[in-house]
Amino acid sequence: MTPRTPLDLVDARRGPAFTVTFDGREITVLPGQTIAAALWSAGITSWRTTRGSGEPRGVFCGIGVCFDCLVSVNGRVNQRACLVPAEAGDVIRTQKGTGHHD
Amino acid sequence: MTDRTDGRPHLAVIGAGPAGLTAALAAAARGVRVTLVDSAAQAGGQFYRQTAPGLGARRPQALHHQWRTWERLRDGLAGHVAAGRVTSLTDHHVWFVERQSGTTGGAPASFTVHALLGPEQEEPVTVHADAVLLATGGYEKVLPFPGWTLPGVVTAGGAQAMLKGGLVLPGRTAVVAGTGPLLLPVAVGLASAGAKVAALVESADPRAFVRHARVLAAHPAKLAEGAWYAAELARYRVRTRVRHTVVAAHGTGRLEAVTVAALDGDGRVRPGTERRIPCDTLAVGHGMLPHTDLAEALGCRLDGVDVAVDDEQRTDVPGVWAAGETTGIGGAALAGAEGGIAGVSIAARLNSRIPDRSSYASAAKARAGMREFFAAVDTVCVPPARWAEHVTDDTVVCRCEEVTASAVREAVDELGAGDVRTVKLLTRAGMGWCQGRMCGPAVAGLARCPETPSRRPFARPVPLGVLAREPGEPHDTSPSTTGWDPS
Ligand SMILES: Cc1cc2nc3c(=O)[nH]c(=O)nc-3n(C[C@H](O)[C@H](O)[C@H](O)COP(=O)(O)OP(=O)(O)OC[C@H]3O[C@@H](n4cnc5c(N)ncnc54)[C@H](O)[C@@H]3O)c2cc1C
Ligand code: FES
Repeated sequence: MTPRTPLDLVDARRGPAFTVTFDGREITVLPGQTIAAALWSAGITSWRTTRGSGEPRGVFCGIGVCFDCLVSVNGRVNQRACLVPAEAGDVIRTQKGTGHHD
Repeated sequence: MTDRTDGRPHLAVIGAGPAGLTAALAAAARGVRVTLVDSAAQAGGQFYRQTAPGLGARRPQALHHQWRTWERLRDGLAGHVAAGRVTSLTDHHVWFVERQSGTTGGAPASFTVHALLGPEQEEPVTVHADAVLLATGGYEKVLPFPGWTLPGVVTAGGAQAMLKGGLVLPGRTAVVAGTGPLLLPVAVGLASAGAKVAALVESADPRAFVRHARVLAAHPAKLAEGAWYAAELARYRVRTRVRHTVVAAHGTGRLEAVTVAALDGDGRVRPGTERRIPCDTLAVGHGMLPHTDLAEALGCRLDGVDVAVDDEQRTDVPGVWAAGETTGIGGAALAGAEGGIAGVSIAARLNSRIPDRSSYASAAKARAGMREFFAAVDTVCVPPARWAEHVTDDTVVCRCEEVTASAVREAVDELGAGDVRTVKLLTRAGMGWCQGRMCGPAVAGLARCPETPSRRPFARPVPLGVLAREPGEPHDTSPSTTGWDPS
């Protein structure tokens, strides 16, 4: 079988894509995707570093329970990337620690 | 207080998965006014998690099973919503359900459901009702191993949820591992969406099902489902390794490989069987746990880690019903059967009638059969007995507070902690954002004490501004702190 994508699998006729920035880099988002889905599509799997040892983290539970995917969106920290839908022009930044001192 | 403007009793259903939806439809069809509250952007729950509408999926069913059942639920909901019998509130995160007992002699209780609106969860909303159905489902349990905090390591259900909801994969090459029936749809889902699934690693020994031959024989549909998955795995050339476990995940800043090893009959790793599998994704799960916070805050009795219910799906708190995985893990079909029974019972009881058992006899029979089937699955699909021995001292156990296995062991062995609560006080394990949902089973296992549901004040972090607000006061629009101390 030819390699397929999730979009092929469900025959997605998506609306026009838009862009957001992640740490200053422009990434393309499909309408309806959460911030976590948008970052995954761009090949990004971590967007937070932990308070203690500064370890990278991203999605773990994918359903809003674990809080590992916290990220800064338009200056608001502690947003769960797996729940928050991405919107055109969002400024997404890696959250360091609690996000309050950077 | 109780909103009975049209004279019809009002039910609040919390959770719009198969259990909550089936219950809402059954109750609405019997004259109950229903408000269906769910935190997700669309109804469906975990099993029927819908692709975001903006993605325009023409064949969403390619990512689903039992699509017909979903169409029936979806269309039924749309019909009741259009007729004004059901109000569906999405993006509403319920953090607390308050019960006001009847003031005048014998008056029934009434309930206030407290929710926070939107993914940011800061704006408060309340719903008043005469009865409540808790249908909040569950979440995945993952036991720790070295490297499990690396980006690229996700829960099996989480990989599936991100795929169904956002049509994305975390990487190109995945290993699916752990134990339990959820691993099968996840491996097939990832493979069908284009990921290379390098291995399906199941710690259980399927031969143990032989002891349950009678139960299995009574469920030909389940056997057919198993055979279908086996054929799909073969079609995608997914190598299945049973009686194997992931002993470590490796990578710098991101997952690069996992080490998988064979287990002996005692759940020990067989020396010399370790092999390294390169991958950028590990989808791992060791079973599921029910969400019980709302039930506990209402004072409902639990049975182990499940909300205890009677034959009609009633909890022991008058006016509160529970259905689906919150009352025990058993999949979407069982959740639907329980929801249907709850809906029939609620409609009768709210009109001071006793439900006619014959009206839900077939659902009750299906429920009994599926409970028996999943009880058998539960005895076979258990994590390796000695998983804790593979957790190295420097492995982070509590992901939020970065508490290591050595800290937990020290609390038990040197400081004498004998239960999870004491370990938590000594180490902060379980005190972070997730409130111990992720590390609870691991801490209990490492401390060699039973898995108990950890009591949480609220089901969701609540902005202080919401908690401090007097009833009737306009809500604080810029709350920045939460009701507990996550930092
Ligand atoms: C991440 C994940 C993925 C899964 N994927 C599959 C799969 O692919 N195949 C499979 O066979 N099984 C899957 N399962 C198992 C699944 O739980 C059951 O099959 C089935 O969905 C259970 O139905 P339910 O109605 O009891 O609960 P659910 O379907 O889990 O529905 C519960 C609903 O309650 C809502 N909720 C919970 N708490 C609150 C709250 N406090 N406030 C507001 N709303 C709330 C949730 O948003 C959810 O929509 C998955 C489980 C998880 C956790
Ligand atoms: S990935 Fe767990 S909360 Fe977002």
